[in-house]
Amino acid sequence: MATKTPLQDPMIDPRTGEYAVIAPGHNFKSVTQKIAGIVLTSNTPLGWFGGLTVAGGVATLLLVALTWLFLKGVGIWGVTIPGAWGFAIINFVWWIGIGHAGTLISAILLLFKQTWRNSINRFAEAMTIFAVVCAGLFPLIHVGRPWVSYWLFPYPNTMNVWPQFRSPLAWDVFAVSTYATISVVFWYVGMIPDFGTLRDRATMPLAKYFYGLLSLGWRGSTRHWIRYETASLLLAGLSTPLVLSVHTVISFDFAVAAMAGWHTTIFPPYFVAGAVYSGFAMVLTLAIPIRKFYHLEDLITLRHLDNMAKVMLATGSIVGYGYCMEVFMSWYSASHWEFFMMWNRMFGPMGWAYWVLILTNLAIPLTTLWSRKLRVNVLYLFILSFIVNTGMWFERFVIVVTSLYRDYLPSSWGTYRATKWDYMTFVGTWGLFTFLFLLFVRFLPMIPMSEIRMMLPQTKVRPPGGSDAETVIEETV
Amino acid sequence: MPPREGIYGLLAEFNTPGELVHATELAHRAGYRRMECYTPYPVEEAAVALRFHKNRVPLVCLLGGVLGVTTAFLMETWIAVWSYPLNIAGRPLFSWPAFIIPAYEWTILFAGLSAAFGMVALNGLPQLYHPVFNAPNFRTGATTDKFFLCLEAADPRFSPGETRAFLEQFKPVSVVEVEH
Repeated sequence: MATKTPLQDPMIDPRTGEYAVIAPGHNFKSVTQKIAGIVLTSNTPLGWFGGLTVAGGVATLLLVALTWLFLKGVGIWGVTIPGAWGFAIINFVWWIGIGHAGTLISAILLLFKQTWRNSINRFAEAMTIFAVVCAGLFPLIHVGRPWVSYWLFPYPNTMNVWPQFRSPLAWDVFAVSTYATISVVFWYVGMIPDFGTLRDRATMPLAKYFYGLLSLGWRGSTRHWIRYETASLLLAGLSTPLVLSVHTVISFDFAVAAMAGWHTTIFPPYFVAGAVYSGFAMVLTLAIPIRKFYHLEDLITLRHLDNMAKVMLATGSIVGYGYCMEVFMSWYSASHWEFFMMWNRMFGPMGWAYWVLILTNLAIPLTTLWSRKLRVNVLYLFILSFIVNTGMWFERFVIVVTSLYRDYLPSSWGTYRATKWDYMTFVGTWGLFTFLFLLFVRFLPMIPMSEIRMMLPQTKVRPPGGSDAETVIEETV
Repeated sequence: MPPREGIYGLLAEFNTPGELVHATELAHRAGYRRMECYTPYPVEEAAVALRFHKNRVPLVCLLGGVLGVTTAFLMETWIAVWSYPLNIAGRPLFSWPAFIIPAYEWTILFAGLSAAFGMVALNGLPQLYHPVFNAPNFRTGATTDKFFLCLEAADPRFSPGETRAFLEQFKPVSVVEVEH
């Protein structure tokens, strides 16, 4: 993009000076063909197979690590006293935070009528679901006896034992399971009309059959569309408080505990902002290679990348405010323990992790994202998305580990060292995430066709006479 | 139940949403009531022309939400106070502020599931067979780039010849008879 001066760029709308959300020249048929073609083609790109193999290989690490874990127990991990919470909770919070951007894009931006979101909302939702899959894995394997993890749910049993609802860990079960369910439902409901399109355009009998079943017989009837739009809006309205509550509840896992560095009221908003921050970084990590690989630059334009970078700038600033307040409150509280925790966090044996976090989460992104040139520099954003997600992972590492390993009583101090099984499990979830995502881009419509059609200029209703349709209708009323 | 044999209706195909809305509006004025538009994306003006203003999805969603919050809160209260009372740091058995959080989550869970499944059920889906799929041009266009108006034979105003002539005046791409 650097080679073009902005005004000569055909992607720039001359009226607003912004990049267009959809490249000019598209019509209903061309967007449908482009998106459906990715799924319905019989020539799967070789690169896809390559990616699937690599991701599958990495996911195998997870399988191996989990098998060993189930054979030996959580003792193979680095968790011990005093660091009783290690990688499992760090990864859980990190992954679920990544998922939050998907819901933000699909729900909150829908309510704010940000139509540019239409191109990216489907795969951001898919990202949410796969991130929740990876996140949900950690509490389940962390319980020690994963084969009885259904005990977490309230169900009538012969032991007559029930969950304890005053514990944030029980709230977590409700928040995360609701989040997973509603995300899947929202995702599926959004895809029903597109399954109808795929059913009608498929040539292979098997594809016709499966997309036909998945479409539930969708035929685009106007009465159906109106109910569908109502349901989408309601789901968006419900997902918005849901997504805010999920990371709030997760922050309660920490904030309710009487540990220095955890017991703060700033945790809920700052966790939610951090979640959205890392989630948008992950959307960029996924969107940038996908638009290149499938030549979707017409539909996922620089406008999208620019806007996402702006959201990251805003949420990153909130996170930065959170860090400042943590430091300030540890001084202002006049609590010896809080003060020591912050000193230990910055200059203790694991102080390097704090400075990595400050560098990758604040220093690099919050200084550079102000520049529009960098916000539309695809390569820079791609690299930055990894930097930010590294930073967000270290944020959770710092929160979990630094508060635990040196708590109130110096005689109980210890340290935390992750084992190779910890690393294998974590790296394995990247493989699982990528594997699921690659399956998604191959078999499901990754951009919502019906919503893209609504963004085209041809949707303007003009009767054959030339006057506006609404005047035709108003005459009769 | 409409008759399962013979003509289901006449299906007119248009290239633009404007033509569709115009035709629908005039069909309504001409007294047709049993009719439906089929479009590749939601066309709100078509719903206005069909006089389809209200739907019951919000009501179903509300009922689901109320059911969710009641279920969760009563379940928690019953478990914590009667079925399995535990002394947790001396807090009261009926610790209602703590119970709000799972109840909040279940409000959203039940309301969301009701909105989604309610929408599917009110739409009469899943319905894998429908007569309009028999029209040769329906599946190539209705979910891609064409706009359809179907005047159904069940309408008392319907007569094959007259209705066809009525639709032809809007210069559609085609008017097709749809069989059951």
